[in-house]
Amino acid sequence: MSTYLLCLVLFCIGLYGLLRKRNLVKIIVGLAIMGYSVNLFFVLLGYRLHGRAPIDAPDQVIENMVDPLPQAVVLTSIVIGLGVMALLISLAIRIYEKHGTLDITKIRKLKG
Amino acid sequence: MELHILLIFMIFAAILAIEVKDLLSSVIAMAAVGFALCLAFLILKAPDLAITQLVVELLCLIILIKATIKKDLPLVIEGRWLFNTVSTLVFIIVFLFFSYIAMKELPVFGNPTMGLVRRYLLEEGVNKTGAVNIVSAVILDFRAYDTLGEVAVLFTSIIGIMAILRRKGRKEILEEDTNGK
Repeated sequence: MSTYLLCLVLFCIGLYGLLRKRNLVKIIVGLAIMGYSVNLFFVLLGYRLHGRAPIDAPDQVIENMVDPLPQAVVLTSIVIGLGVMALLISLAIRIYEKHGTLDITKIRKLKG
Repeated sequence: MELHILLIFMIFAAILAIEVKDLLSSVIAMAAVGFALCLAFLILKAPDLAITQLVVELLCLIILIKATIKKDLPLVIEGRWLFNTVSTLVFIIVFLFFSYIAMKELPVFGNPTMGLVRRYLLEEGVNKTGAVNIVSAVILDFRAYDTLGEVAVLFTSIIGIMAILRRKGRKEILEEDTNGK
């Protein structure tokens, strides 16, 4: 249970960064940390103590393998996370070129 | 035990990434969290995920450094400090309340329930698909449409990045071409 709690703490740190910081890069970093903690939580849910990787072998027992389904779902999620991250960073680069700052409150003041 | 050490390391690196003033240091601390996550996947017996996470983390680090280099600015905290902090804390408390409700339903760590889907995948995966690695059997056979959608999302994001980062619009390029001729 303590691993779940540590994972929750990681998510809360990411949420704090996302909501409290005013620098666009800090916001992106907070979002990335939230994504990491959710991916980790999925894999933790499927873990079996002293289990083996879900790869078939002659001496493999079904009861002893970790759950393959969360791993497959998280694999998709990691790759989509890369796409989201790249899109966010390109938006941040564009905003910096246009406004000369990454501070979100100043961007709001400089309309147009 | 190793998992706990890694998670505590990840938490400290995340706090550093959020709180440090220099943007480049912040990005590198975030990458430290990602590489620790890669090690955690290895400990949790998910080698495919560890490989993917390593590659994705390197790409993220490169494009984040491209975005942040020579652009550090001091964080100025003005006027609405109290309002911002209080609203953030309210969001975190709401999240913790709901996660407390969810925590009571979770299975004990290290002993997941043997659901129908899981038993089916592990027993029939090799016979039905011929793939020895069951994770790749799931993503390339049982959930192949999911993977197709993933590729579509990835290419859509690439199109979006090309549209956002383009220096000149298509009209300007056309005008330059006609003027040149």
